[in-house]
Amino acid sequence: MGMKNRWIALYVENQVGVLAKVSGLFSAKCYNLQSLTVGTTEHEDVSRMTICVTSDDITFEQIKKQLNCMVEVIKVIDLTHVPLHMKEILYAKVKGLDNEGKEEVFRIAQVFNVNNGNVKVADIGEDSVLLECTLTDHRNDDLITLLKKQFKSKVEIVRGGAVAIEAISTSCR
Amino acid sequence: MDITGRKLFVKALQEEGVDTIFAYPGGMVTDIVDELYKQDSIHVVLPRHEQALIHEAEGYARATGRVGVCLVTSGPGATNTITGIADAHYDSIPLVIFTGQVPQSLIGNDAFQEVDIVGMTRSIVKYGVTVRDRKDLGRIIKMAFQIASSGKPGPVLIDIPKDIQTQNGPAGYPDHVDIRGYKPNETVHIGQLKKAYKILKSAKQPLLLAGGGVNISGAQELLTTFAEKMHIPVVTTVMGKGAIPTDHPLYVGNSGMHGRYAANMAVSECDVLFSVGTRFNDRITGDLNEFAPKAKIVHLDIDASSISRNVVVDVPVVSDAKIALERLVEWAEAKNTDKWLAKIGMWQEENPLEMRRDHGLSPQMIMEAINDTYPQGIVVTDVGQHQMWATQYITMPRGKQMITSGGLGTMGFGFPAAVGAKIGAPDKDVVCITGDGGMQMNMQEMATAICEKVPLTICILNNNYLGMVRQMQQLFYGKRYEITCLRRQIGCPDGCKGPNEACPPYVPDFVKWAESYGAHGQRVTSLEEAKAALAEAKERTDAPTVIEFMIATEEIVLPMVKSGNPMSEMILK
Repeated sequence: MGMKNRWIALYVENQVGVLAKVSGLFSAKCYNLQSLTVGTTEHEDVSRMTICVTSDDITFEQIKKQLNCMVEVIKVIDLTHVPLHMKEILYAKVKGLDNEGKEEVFRIAQVFNVNNGNVKVADIGEDSVLLECTLTDHRNDDLITLLKKQFKSKVEIVRGGAVAIEAISTSCR
Repeated sequence: MDITGRKLFVKALQEEGVDTIFAYPGGMVTDIVDELYKQDSIHVVLPRHEQALIHEAEGYARATGRVGVCLVTSGPGATNTITGIADAHYDSIPLVIFTGQVPQSLIGNDAFQEVDIVGMTRSIVKYGVTVRDRKDLGRIIKMAFQIASSGKPGPVLIDIPKDIQTQNGPAGYPDHVDIRGYKPNETVHIGQLKKAYKILKSAKQPLLLAGGGVNISGAQELLTTFAEKMHIPVVTTVMGKGAIPTDHPLYVGNSGMHGRYAANMAVSECDVLFSVGTRFNDRITGDLNEFAPKAKIVHLDIDASSISRNVVVDVPVVSDAKIALERLVEWAEAKNTDKWLAKIGMWQEENPLEMRRDHGLSPQMIMEAINDTYPQGIVVTDVGQHQMWATQYITMPRGKQMITSGGLGTMGFGFPAAVGAKIGAPDKDVVCITGDGGMQMNMQEMATAICEKVPLTICILNNNYLGMVRQMQQLFYGKRYEITCLRRQIGCPDGCKGPNEACPPYVPDFVKWAESYGAHGQRVTSLEEAKAALAEAKERTDAPTVIEFMIATEEIVLPMVKSGNPMSEMILK
């Protein structure tokens, strides 16, 4: 019943105006859109969107129905309760650092799994470090919270929005 | 052999069997207009404003059951259509609107008369697209007609840049286009329908609620038969009026904000509400928490997204009304509902729709006179008090049609829609019932009516006010008639609380106005005059007749449920 994040994979015609139509639906009907990413699929005339919304059950049902109504929408898949692989790319540039500060950024990166390549130091300068992170959006949220706490106004964030695909095995997230 | 886009445009319309197009010229459609000059199978109507153009096409579409076809130019021509398109979208009217567009090389340059009409109308069309490649033109036009007329009908907008119109390309027009994202519902889930039927069968106080969907799918006969077989009373929405003949013993009346007392009581007291083809608009439900509080609700609608949007339902059924009712009629078995019908009969007696004859020319008397003169044909209304009186008092035997702007409530709809209806159905009597406010919103269409030689009767109920809003001011805002008085001029006193001897004369003089166009005009103040004027108007075949009915200035529509209140709390006196 309650408000929570829900995920939709949306197959749409790869045409001009479709993104505007889909995003317009969310603003027109006051649906709470968290993130929307889009790219072409293995078929060049089909795009797939990964959409995250915060809503209650009734609104979410309505969102799926409204999306289904659109002529340009080929298929709506509810990913909320489906095992899936989901990642979001995030760049975090931390500026105005002394050596100790840089060490701290490295330590944080370590905790967030730098070894697996999910977080890497993409670039470094005299007083700045650039982290490139491919984590779940929640994990990215955590990282941002931590960096902001440690380095206050010195952090520049760019997020890409999450992409997701159904898992082959059953226990991934 | 390749042909130009403009040639393919006309060819496509001809293959679609289009007999009428409502078109207004402009720089970006001159090529298509020129092509229309060269053909004679499609009648081209020139309205005097693009908003009215859409309403005319809506009236045509409603009267004929066919797609209304529109052509306007880019920029202001296109933006003027927006209100009409929204109206058609709300009331599920099949339209295909072609807009001219600046050449693709100029799109995005803020060219003269360039607007992003596809972007502007995205949320009020069933489908909208700009043609970007000449070779796609035929397929897109075919798609437009398919989408507009199937499933839940609606408006489709096709934007055609000037260069596409003149460019050569394939000559073929397809018979059918497969649209992978568009699969309108053409069946009904039998299991779900059986469940719905069982609930209805087990009810003690069942009620059928018929919406506009019943009229659109042509399921009026089926609905009536179903109600008759099961002995179940029927209430209608404004758009559903006529779904069952109004003189049918099982018909209770319209429900909703200005519905009949017995109808709203029946909705509030029923134990199963079996609704067909309605979206449970707030004008029908009032306070959602108090809507049909004792009922299990069955919601049968072609639009899955309208189900459980406003009202939480117990049994949803996604289907066209006709398809579902064909099955339901097969299953229907008689029920004993005598007690329930007697209860409804008691409510009808307690608070019947009043037939007021106490002073002058009452709206009720006018509606009665219209019923007597026009027992059949098409009644078109505008929006406001007169519309509510029409939906309350106009009788609807089988075959009679009412066309009204229900969802968007567009003032200015009535007159052009009536002109369009008469163009589409020249053999039927068409009566437009309108108010003095709404009439003035599209009165330029008198020229269209005259030039198209459509004899129709225009009944203007003149109370000197924008009456529906004035009624709210009268009841809820201490009679502070701000900007609702149509006689108010510079020089009128501040804080006016109603008409008096010093009021300036009404502008315009509707009779002189009608005559200036070559139409007939008459002002009536008594029932005798009204009856005579209507009878004369019906006989005329040369030009429209305007009858201005002078009604009491502070007349109100009753019963009334205040917006947001429960339906059982009606203001009756």
